[in-house]
Amino acid sequence: MNEFMQDSAFAGVTISLLTYFVGIHLKKRFKSGLLNPLLISIAVTIVVLLAANVDYETYNMGAKYLSWFLTPATVCLAIPLYEQFELLKKNWMAVMAGILSGVITNMVTVLALAVLLGLNHQEYVTLLPKSITTAIGMGVSEELGGYVTITVAVIVITGVLGNMTGELICKIFHIREPIAKGLALGTAAHAMGTTKAMEMGEIEGAMSSLSVAVAGVLTVVGASIFAGLF
Amino acid sequence: MEVKYLKQFLIILLISFIGEILKAVLPLPVPASIYGMVILFVCLLTGIIKLEAVQDVGKFLIEIMPVMFIPAGVGLMNSWGVLKPMLIPVSVVTVVVLVAVMAVTGSVSQFVIRRGNTRQEGESEK
Repeated sequence: MNEFMQDSAFAGVTISLLTYFVGIHLKKRFKSGLLNPLLISIAVTIVVLLAANVDYETYNMGAKYLSWFLTPATVCLAIPLYEQFELLKKNWMAVMAGILSGVITNMVTVLALAVLLGLNHQEYVTLLPKSITTAIGMGVSEELGGYVTITVAVIVITGVLGNMTGELICKIFHIREPIAKGLALGTAAHAMGTTKAMEMGEIEGAMSSLSVAVAGVLTVVGASIFAGLF
Repeated sequence: MEVKYLKQFLIILLISFIGEILKAVLPLPVPASIYGMVILFVCLLTGIIKLEAVQDVGKFLIEIMPVMFIPAGVGLMNSWGVLKPMLIPVSVVTVVVLVAVMAVTGSVSQFVIRRGNTRQEGESEK
């Protein structure tokens, strides 16, 4: 049985989807934002794989087909954006001011913490692109000479954490406008934040989608400037 | 035979493919998905692609998008080795920056929206 598990292309993905649905059910049942389906699924899948002695490469033989859909799905984020175009046109100043201030906050905070925690240059540039979408963040980290694998891990952790705590953080800081909530989630937690924004509403989802693209591109420019500062 | 969904999926894949080509040709660190998103957005705005031509499959893909991130998350099981020596700084930076970026982005945009709204109300009262 164990040997079969170790070679199965479907076992791992089935466990991931199953635990995701259990997560959704738990969240509905207990109405707690901290019971995050994405986190539950990732954590349980890792525990099961480790317990059954299945390595990630075997799991990914099946799971890579899920990842494959990410590019076409991200392309489709243009649809809610198009549907909210009037709102976007009306509020473009707020949208641009929000995303730009978020990107600058990301750079300044990483710089400040790098100085405070005594990081070296390579560790600093590894963390600079932590808030943006993986594909862009990897490129930035590589370009600046960071540890790309750590950058990817931190981007994923940021996404899961943002997906989990986004609603709570918005509440704490009295962010109530749907546009502002969407921008906050997308700028701070990229596409994983956007999936949460989609759950919150159409306006939130559209604004978050836009932030993923704009914040990503702004960070490419910003990170190359900030990399020279420390 | 109803090929509506197949046709929609084909359009979306075609745009993803064009995005991939642009990524290969242009020397920018922009992924295929972001090029594709811009292309689809422009095509919808100009009417080259009608909303109905991509809507059903598009909404479906967006709905199931969260599960597409599970493999990347499970991949963290392989990152433990590289993360371990940097665990404390990485944790501090991840949490602090996440909260700071979210709070600033949300507050700044909300401030601009609300300032705009009160100004408009002021004008309509005159």
